[in-house]
Amino acid sequence: MALETTVIQDKLTDKFGDKVAGFVQQHDILSFEVDSNSMNDVMRFLKEDDTLRFNFLTDICGVHYPDFEKDRQFAVVYHMHNWMDNVRIRFKCFLNGDKPEVDTATNLFLGANWQERETYDFYGIIFKGHPQLKRILNMDEMESFPMRKEFPMEDGGRTDKDDRFFGRTTDNANNNLK
Amino acid sequence: MSDLLLPPEHRYAKQIEERRNEDGSELSVLNLGPTHPATHGIFQNILLMDGERILDGEGTVGYIHRAFEKIAENRPFYQITPLTDRMNYCSAPINNMGWWMTLEKALGIEVPKRVQYLRVIIMELARIADHIICNSVLGVDTGALTGFLYVFQYREKIYEIYEEICGARLTTNMGRIGGFERDWSPAAFKKINEFMDEFPKIWEDFENLLTRNRIFMDRTINVGPISAEKAMSYGFTGPNLRAAGVDYDIRVMQPYSSYEDFEFNVPVGKSGDTYDRFCVRNAEVWESLKIIRQALDKLPEGPYHADVPDYYLPPKEDVYTNMEALIYHFKIVMGEVPVPVTEVYHPVEGGNGELGFYLITDGSRTPYRLHFRRPCFIYYQAFNDMIKGQMLSDAIATLSSLNVIAGELDA
Amino acid sequence: MSNSSDIKLVDAPEGVQGEGFFATKLDSVVGLARANSLWPLPFATSCCGIEFMATMASHYDVARFGSERMSFSPRQADMLLVMGTIAKKMAPILRQVYEQMSEPRWVIAVGACASSGGVFDTYSVLQGIDKVIPVDVYVPGCPPRPEQILEGIMSLQEIVKSESVRRRNSPEYKELLASYNIS
Repeated sequence: MALETTVIQDKLTDKFGDKVAGFVQQHDILSFEVDSNSMNDVMRFLKEDDTLRFNFLTDICGVHYPDFEKDRQFAVVYHMHNWMDNVRIRFKCFLNGDKPEVDTATNLFLGANWQERETYDFYGIIFKGHPQLKRILNMDEMESFPMRKEFPMEDGGRTDKDDRFFGRTTDNANNNLK
Repeated sequence: MSDLLLPPEHRYAKQIEERRNEDGSELSVLNLGPTHPATHGIFQNILLMDGERILDGEGTVGYIHRAFEKIAENRPFYQITPLTDRMNYCSAPINNMGWWMTLEKALGIEVPKRVQYLRVIIMELARIADHIICNSVLGVDTGALTGFLYVFQYREKIYEIYEEICGARLTTNMGRIGGFERDWSPAAFKKINEFMDEFPKIWEDFENLLTRNRIFMDRTINVGPISAEKAMSYGFTGPNLRAAGVDYDIRVMQPYSSYEDFEFNVPVGKSGDTYDRFCVRNAEVWESLKIIRQALDKLPEGPYHADVPDYYLPPKEDVYTNMEALIYHFKIVMGEVPVPVTEVYHPVEGGNGELGFYLITDGSRTPYRLHFRRPCFIYYQAFNDMIKGQMLSDAIATLSSLNVIAGELDA
Repeated sequence: MSNSSDIKLVDAPEGVQGEGFFATKLDSVVGLARANSLWPLPFATSCCGIEFMATMASHYDVARFGSERMSFSPRQADMLLVMGTIAKKMAPILRQVYEQMSEPRWVIAVGACASSGGVFDTYSVLQGIDKVIPVDVYVPGCPPRPEQILEGIMSLQEIVKSESVRRRNSPEYKELLASYNIS
């Protein structure tokens, strides 16, 4: 029998109370929010509970919401998948804009390692307890967190484009080669 | 020697020191990559070696980081397709179709049955092209160049089919929201049929060349194995996970684009070693051929795109003669189309595993956030675990059989 | 060995010919030899590298142009083929590879990314490899078709043929390298 979304919601609310909230069905995936301090417990419960059995961590990624209130300016989005009942789930942890910190998931899934490093690289979100939290895709010397909305996409070193015609903005801070 | 290469606080330094005190022998540090010819794209691995045996490894990636996700936040939806091509460039149509399906899910568009079947055909052709590269190059890395030169002829044929459909060979940028830009020409079907007739013989030859080849078996069996539990924990999907014995295939789990209409098997391996990965990919090529055959036989007549003028570019003739078409053309090109505020995750079975698109829209002309779940990126982190205790030459074969695509890995 | 009589030999350079002798400039002879045995160093990073695989495989067969042997060691290569996006993280490595090549050396930038950064006008991508090393031939396309890559190689052959044997001593060449801080 397939795992009903109401069952997931009830089990989570029974166990974690107001730490989990905002359940909503978005297309084919149930999504909800998790208090950032309980992230690891919720994930462990989803993984190890006999009914829920979300055995696979599909994806981790970050999102930046600069227009939200201070406590909700960053989000880390987790996708998990129960292969036995074939149900997917998505949950978000909103983090403080000045001090984005959340627990690591590397103790539960080995695959979380690089995905968290990537999220750190892009957004500067700190994963507490991560074994080796350093940049992965960009150069170690880089100082900006390029996926944050305030940093422009373009490279300032390009000379064959006239800025006026391409709507280009200023250089991405401290990221010039030479 | 080694002390010169590494900072003293590096974890290898301690191991080297310990071994020196133990029996006076010297461990060495080997820098493999990022431009080593056999690393298939550019990754750096700093290996701690005891003679030929690898004791430890540390991988560095990001040498071809192109900031796809940042670009995607600045481009209207149609301009994101070329980015998906350049992600896994060995099977670009799968990425294209995955992206269209993600958008269709977000916009709530139903596509006609014919489009779904055509998509299945092109995606399976792309899967074959992907596996041709991976398996023939694995042959090259273990010293058998013949197979590579032989089957690459047929990869060219697949590229000719792409050309017939969309005009491009490698980075296809194929399709539209809701379907294809034009109906497939009779020439395209003729080429597909020719390919379907000729290729099985070639692939059989290729399999005969390597599958029971003593040297190839010695080079690949028990090389770079990974257990099913570990593979799942590392986030493996696709052929690499199936080689470890888990029959997880999104085409079966969550059929998209009418995959449920076709009969096919999901080949699985047992030990998750290089040989099993090779065999699983070989078998998948046969399954793909089966799917294409069924799709061609059952291909329904009908329109080649959904009737969604808001998102589907009008034909060029109409744009020049018809006011309404011109308006739609401009609206779509400028990205001024109605987009609901939503979040959607859509996975497809890519050449290497679960390729997922996580799209957050805010109603504007560009995605608010677009994240690609790139299978290569997620499973490549297991590489150092897999090569521990193996010989150096085995590490190359392992890497080759994982089919890591640098462009997809680094995004 | 093919039995076909349809074999095209390269033309002899200009010179004076008589019975039993042929006199020409040393530059032309050396240029001819160099142009028809360019050993490529494929520096393949992404999509264009896959098209280069097609170029060197049986269908397009780059060996017809004297580039039979892929040289994966920069020390023994004549022609550096940069194929694919070069990220800023990769730029110093590309430069190091170029510096390791011995004279005479030539560079082909294959594809839009290597030539100008292509569509990736982003914070992480080097906007054209000519920011770090000198380039002889640019091949447009994203990715270029194998025919285009072959044409790039043929254009380079023309350059090589016409160059002086002692190019490395010429003041222009020295100045060019100096502008890249390559000694």
